[in-house]
Amino acid sequence: MTTALTYPPRTLGPEQEAMRAEVRAFLQKDYAAGGFGRGQEAMARYDVEFSRRWGQAGFIGITWPKQYGGRGLTFLDRYVVTEEALAAGAPVGAHWVADRQSGPLLLKYGTEEQRQRFLPKIIAGEAFFCIGMSEPDSGSDLASVRMSATRVDGGWKLNGTKLWTSLAHICHYMIALVRTSPVNPENRHEGMSQMIVDLKAPGVEVRPVYNLAGEHHFNQEVFTDYFVPDENVVGEIGAGWEQVMSELAYERSGPERILSTFQTLVELVRQVGDDPSEVEARAIGRLTAHLMTLRGMSVSVAGMLADGKMPVTEAALVKDVGTNYCKEVPEMARLICPPEDGAGNSKYEKMLKTATLIAPSLTIQGGTREILRGMIARGLGLR
Amino acid sequence: MNEMRTLILDTAERIFRDICDQALVDKAEKGEWPAGLWQTLEESGLTQASVPEERGGAGGTIGDGLYFLKTASRYVAPLPLAETLIAGVLLAEAGADVPAGPLTIAPVRKGEVIEFSDGKLSGTASRVPFAHGASAIVVATSAGLAIVDPKNVKIDRDKSMAGEPRDTVTFDGASATIVGSVSPDRIWELGALARSVQMAGALEGILAMSVQYVQDRKQFGRTLSKFQAVQQSLAAMAGQVAAASSASDTAIEATEAGDPGVAIAVAKARVGEAAGVAAELAHQAHGAIGFTHEYALHQFTRRLWGWRDEFGGEPYWQAEIGRQVAKAGADNLWKFASRT
Ligand SMILES: Cc1cc2nc3c(=O)[nH]c(=O)nc-3n(C[C@H](O)[C@H](O)[C@H](O)COP(=O)(O)OP(=O)(O)OC[C@H]3O[C@@H](n4cnc5c(N)ncnc54)[C@H](O)[C@@H]3O)c2cc1C
Repeated sequence: MTTALTYPPRTLGPEQEAMRAEVRAFLQKDYAAGGFGRGQEAMARYDVEFSRRWGQAGFIGITWPKQYGGRGLTFLDRYVVTEEALAAGAPVGAHWVADRQSGPLLLKYGTEEQRQRFLPKIIAGEAFFCIGMSEPDSGSDLASVRMSATRVDGGWKLNGTKLWTSLAHICHYMIALVRTSPVNPENRHEGMSQMIVDLKAPGVEVRPVYNLAGEHHFNQEVFTDYFVPDENVVGEIGAGWEQVMSELAYERSGPERILSTFQTLVELVRQVGDDPSEVEARAIGRLTAHLMTLRGMSVSVAGMLADGKMPVTEAALVKDVGTNYCKEVPEMARLICPPEDGAGNSKYEKMLKTATLIAPSLTIQGGTREILRGMIARGLGLR
Repeated sequence: MNEMRTLILDTAERIFRDICDQALVDKAEKGEWPAGLWQTLEESGLTQASVPEERGGAGGTIGDGLYFLKTASRYVAPLPLAETLIAGVLLAEAGADVPAGPLTIAPVRKGEVIEFSDGKLSGTASRVPFAHGASAIVVATSAGLAIVDPKNVKIDRDKSMAGEPRDTVTFDGASATIVGSVSPDRIWELGALARSVQMAGALEGILAMSVQYVQDRKQFGRTLSKFQAVQQSLAAMAGQVAAASSASDTAIEATEAGDPGVAIAVAKARVGEAAGVAAELAHQAHGAIGFTHEYALHQFTRRLWGWRDEFGGEPYWQAEIGRQVAKAGADNLWKFASRT
């Protein structure tokens, strides 16, 4: 009679703890040398030079085969590498998408030529990718994408607009989801394909979209008769939907979904000091208990990936619970340790401010709360 | 999962499914001891799964006993299974034999002390689960662990909001022998762990009930499960239940590995919170029928509301964790949380 989704506890082994030591040593040294500034929502923050050093230290693509420059390690090792970077507040945004999903996508569906062309560069921290899924009229309803790809000699011609593309302005490539044949009302998931778009080639204009904090994080890209050569098509023409869905298990359950506001908690602990009041201790204890529980669930999903499973629903649930938790951190912090009506400039207040400003995005990007809960409901057998 | 544990859990599942139904729980809450269920479990070696064979148990680990307890709680088995498990573990740790029959433990509340001197006990323990009817009370006294015959103490009966016996036991003048040592917080810690595990089991129970109910019940010409608002709230409930189960399983594994650290505190704090949220959502999904005595949901939710406050509620354990975090310091928060 169990209906519940289960997350068997997974203990990280000595190999993972050795990896952790390696990553920590690198981060400590790099930070001490003034290499990077700490911050939160680390996957939105970028530093191209940091990504290069990170890649050269061997921390990108560590699960990929050695023949492409990877380390051939497991998802649990990757988990440790990424959680340490995020917990340290390192600016991992530039290489994040390529490491998390573009590389794995090419390994699964790409041609051998594509793997050889792109993977070593990604691993070296020299090729950055972004996700070209959303459009002005296609958000949650991704199957409604309109960007058209028409067949031309030796390739495809793209026309249309992609929107909300994180860090497109610093990326070299986008993997775009496009329509290679008109919508079939009987099966909306047909006729879509994925293509690698070189953002530096002619025919695409990347325009900034400033977020509510006035920052340039995401973008709009307008494609006008943009040419994609055949060798840049990923996988099968027409199989784009299935390929995109396979990316999502990697995208949703990682440590980024539970650590987006971690630095606020760190600064809250610092602010409160070593002799907290009962109320302060309870708030910090509650937030820590949630974090530790979520981490256990997230590691469990990494273990399922390591075992070759495709825990799509389990991952959606971790993202739902995790992102709601991340949004609670600044709300609880301000109640127990009130900032000075927005005027304060202490480290704590700065973190609290950025956490408050990024919070709305956390339950929207990568699948909204409602869409994720819809997936969980399907997993429960309700739809 | 090893073979022994699979066997334990399969056997338990079968017994509870066959015998532990709503009517049995109802009768137990009215004061009728479910002798048949107890006997079946005891004969199958399940009530002392965690005790070594030479001490009178089935020779399993503490994890075996705790996962059995989780299964039992998916059926809200109205027996002192948690207390018998804890008593057995305490006695085995002290190097003593474990008596047969249902056992309980005392004291279960902070600040209550049972003194031992000259072979006699003094002091009162309140809210002792299932004291009447227990074959022995295992007491953490000021001088060590004692086994006490309930016939030698005064028992004033009371009940929890779930109808589970919570008695006041006056030990004054009762004779006892110390069978070994016990650390002062051991009952409290194992109690918090056991209640976390029980709540996690009951939470899985109410999720399953709710999912089933909304697929059966029709309004506006379709099953409730077709309404997106209902789907969304059951998905939110699934999130709470999954978190609760993960936190309690993690505490079980950490205890089994002999290094629970902060895992029990995390479990009690996190599961207790999930209990409140999920119980609310379960009742909402059921409408009026869930608010009746006739329908079984309350057998689960009343236990959840009761168990979350026993052996320290969320505030107690949250503050405990918070003080440890504060002591470790901001720059060690990550090491603390990742236990590395
Ligand atoms: C910071 C940030 C970065 C992003 N980065 C990228 C990126 O790099 N690449 C990319 O492709 N996209 C990116 N996105 C876009 C993101 O994937 C979409 O915002 C998301 O899929 C939701 O689409 P939408 O914004 O159009 O909202 P909509 O789909 O219009 O939804 C609006 C509201 O309606 C609800 N809703 C919609 N449909 C349903 C339904 N069927 N049932 C119930 N409720 C529903 C939603 O849950 C939401 O609350 C980013 C978004 C943000 C905020």
